[in-house]
Amino acid sequence: MRRRTITTLMGSALATAALCLPVAGRAEGKTIKVGVLHSLSGTMAISETALKDVALMTIEEINASGGVMGKKLEPVVVDPASNWPLFAEKARQLLTQDKVAAVFGCWTSVSRKSVLPVFKELNGVLFYPVQYEGEELERNVFYTGAAPNQQAIPAVEYLMSEEGGGAKRFFLLGTDYVYPRTTNKILRAFLRSKGVVEKDIAEIYTPFGHSDYQTIVADIKKFALGGRTAVISTINGDSNVPFYKELGNAGLKATEVPVVAFSVGEEELRGIDARPLVGHLAAWNYFMSLKNPSNDAFIKKYRAYARKKGLANAGKVVTNDPMEATYVGIHMWKQAVEKAKSTAPDKVIAAMSGQTYQAPSGFLLKMDETNHHLHKPVFIGEIRPDGQFNVVWKTKAPIRAQPWSPFVAGNEGKQSM
Amino acid sequence: MRRSLSVALKALLRSACSLVALACCSASPALAALDAGAVSQLASEDSEEKIAAIRRLAETGDPAAVRVLQALEADALQVAGGKVVLLDGGRVLDAATGQEIATPLEDPEGITVNNRVRRVLAGALAGLRLVDPDRRVRLAAAEELAAGPRPDAAPLLARALQEESDRQIRPLLALALAQANLTSPDPAVRLSAVKALGASSHPAVERLLARLLDEGAEPDAAVRSEARSSLRSVQLRVTAGDILARVFSGLSLGSILLLVALGLAITYGVMGVINMAHGELLMIGAYASYGMQVLFARWFPRALDWYVLAAIPVAFAAAALAGALIERAVIRHLYGRPLETLLATWGLSLLLIQSARVVFGAQNVGVGNPSWMSGGVEIVAGAVLPWNRIVIVGFSLAVLALVWFLLNRTRLGMFVRAVTQNRAMAGCVGVPTGRLDTLAFALGAGMAGLGGVALSQIANVGPDMGQAYIVDSFMVVVLGGVGQLAGAVGAALGLGVVTKFLEGWAGAVIAKILVLVFVIAFIQKRPQGLFALKGRLADD
Repeated sequence: MRRRTITTLMGSALATAALCLPVAGRAEGKTIKVGVLHSLSGTMAISETALKDVALMTIEEINASGGVMGKKLEPVVVDPASNWPLFAEKARQLLTQDKVAAVFGCWTSVSRKSVLPVFKELNGVLFYPVQYEGEELERNVFYTGAAPNQQAIPAVEYLMSEEGGGAKRFFLLGTDYVYPRTTNKILRAFLRSKGVVEKDIAEIYTPFGHSDYQTIVADIKKFALGGRTAVISTINGDSNVPFYKELGNAGLKATEVPVVAFSVGEEELRGIDARPLVGHLAAWNYFMSLKNPSNDAFIKKYRAYARKKGLANAGKVVTNDPMEATYVGIHMWKQAVEKAKSTAPDKVIAAMSGQTYQAPSGFLLKMDETNHHLHKPVFIGEIRPDGQFNVVWKTKAPIRAQPWSPFVAGNEGKQSM
Repeated sequence: MRRSLSVALKALLRSACSLVALACCSASPALAALDAGAVSQLASEDSEEKIAAIRRLAETGDPAAVRVLQALEADALQVAGGKVVLLDGGRVLDAATGQEIATPLEDPEGITVNNRVRRVLAGALAGLRLVDPDRRVRLAAAEELAAGPRPDAAPLLARALQEESDRQIRPLLALALAQANLTSPDPAVRLSAVKALGASSHPAVERLLARLLDEGAEPDAAVRSEARSSLRSVQLRVTAGDILARVFSGLSLGSILLLVALGLAITYGVMGVINMAHGELLMIGAYASYGMQVLFARWFPRALDWYVLAAIPVAFAAAALAGALIERAVIRHLYGRPLETLLATWGLSLLLIQSARVVFGAQNVGVGNPSWMSGGVEIVAGAVLPWNRIVIVGFSLAVLALVWFLLNRTRLGMFVRAVTQNRAMAGCVGVPTGRLDTLAFALGAGMAGLGGVALSQIANVGPDMGQAYIVDSFMVVVLGGVGQLAGAVGAALGLGVVTKFLEGWAGAVIAKILVLVFVIAFIQKRPQGLFALKGRLADD
């Protein structure tokens, strides 16, 4: 008797659920859904949460000025929690269940590599806003972050120049995954081409979330005794916090051994006392400290948004390069949709070619016609005591990306789509 | 580069002399007008021009020039409307004339320096600062000059050494003087310099002496042989310092593992419960110290440096309470069913992680080191032991002593040991095993809370932080054996030191793998762990 009641109850529950489901998915026609795929928890949350906030702010801004083709944008935010296979699951969920028109997301290269097969299979569009190692060129991805020749190579050239300290020995320190390993491979080939010998290059990797850098900082000090040394850091995520704290505790000054980081910006420095780190460097295509009208407007907009939404420490929020790249990417996607008069991926991909946008970096950025990357300017900045950056070197104009590095064997024929 | 540096330092010598003379003669605060051209060149975009201007100003030895250079170092120099101005407290002064500017500045822009300019600036100011009345300034200047050989600073250093009485600064000046004398044309001076350097423990000195062994670099045979023996003693000292630093970092990792695993050893020993929520008890302790920091920042900002001391009892209480609740609500009902306990405590750990996410947010929260735990102490030149880790080693020794006292000198401890050895028999002689379970679990959880306070000072505090330490705690407990404190201590310190040495040899990732493989192999040979209880046990 009891079993039958239970079965009947479950059956009716399922039936009701089945009736409701189709209705939930049928809101199309009124809004265009876009996906936001960033880790909001786990080791990468320190870097990616701000990208989600900027994406939501940009979507609000676009909706306030009329939306895209008259329709409002509806953001669908998911949290893959710094778990790479979960990135692929969530990407699939966004494309199949939520039926988003485009996805703005990913930070680590391993998360991007995990979602690539999903985007290729389901013909989605991904906008990837973070600097990365290159060696990739996918039809379904638009890369609004820097390729190695727009960040890593100019930074190392600066460090080798007299202005940057005339470094002769290089300590390559990174988190153990594809981006640091590939970037270091490229940098090794570049350094060798400049005449740096093997014994003047050291390469060390630590796992994600590693927090004990005592021995590594001691090794850096010892390595530096052999000549003017620079540290090239590709550490990602919240491991940067204990690394910089250890540098400060050990008294490793930037005037003796400068550390240039490729994944550390204003957001990662927010949680650290930056006074012992003055003089250490970062290379990006945008800094919050750049003085120009579009940057002033961008910062003002973001601060107002943070205050409105009650984000933590709203009065002191900072902007950084991947946030700017997210902002530019969403606006370029909007322009492409309006040009193609459709959100269909194939039409949008074709319409993205040649899109331009006046970016907060002060330059007019162009999406290259043949390689899905932006032409970006390069800035090298030194950390200031307040956690901002002083620009000490910059390019005069945006430079074209070379996703297939000339320093990796076999890349000769691969430059365009 | 070397030549221009020596030119600059010859100039510094002159400027130091003139400074001393000026200081003796006049005490007037009025600033004479500086070379306006040099001052305005400081605002130039080109680093070469900035460096040349810095050198020209340092050469004059004028106190006004020193003031301008110090302002440049402190980011207090700005350029507005083509003029270079100096910010002094609330006043704005014209850098070249020293006159106060009353009218508000139009569009002031800070003069920025990059690393290269900062280096030259530091060197220029160091020579001028050797005679500063403030001890800290002199110490910084001496450290700067001892960092590398500066031949032309020799007379300057000799005179500073004569007048210096501070115990920390004298050896630095002696080292700097010896390095400066290494390239003196007089072989007798070189010989005495090499002899003096034999007492150093600076790795840079090792390289300097090694270079002297070559006949091409050092023509005098006596100096070369003295250099050889000095090099040997320096190398010994440097290697010893190196090993000491590595052992210390191993001990510091070991002390953290000890704090983290001690609680688990107690609960596992007493109840045989595999507590997968142990990492989350660490997290509760860490968030308790974050909470204390926020509280102190809000209500007792002047005592903010001491929030850690307040956090210790609070973290212990919070984690112990959580532990008691877990035991009463979940584990008690699963007594004797280890697999179910494993699963239930794992579910609890997920629950606790999500609650932390809801209450504190998914992102890491910032827990800062108090000032007395920041920085480090230099044991050997180049090897710095961070204060926060020294304090944590001390703290874990204190906790260990407390636990030992608790287990061996109190009634509760006696009952805990009895139940660990033979639960049934202890129950028969009247030990209240039910109540004891709760108390022992609460004690173990409280230990984890204390571990969380320590972790909050060196690692990131976030909802997931416990997950990184659960595997390590189980490794320590399994390796150390159950029932004796010595097991946990030995295993924790041993694993810490071994991991650090392997890390230096093979890198962090390989080291972790090797340690895991070692523990697995060890357990195959000796399943009861390092220090196991001996005797007839009903459970065995």
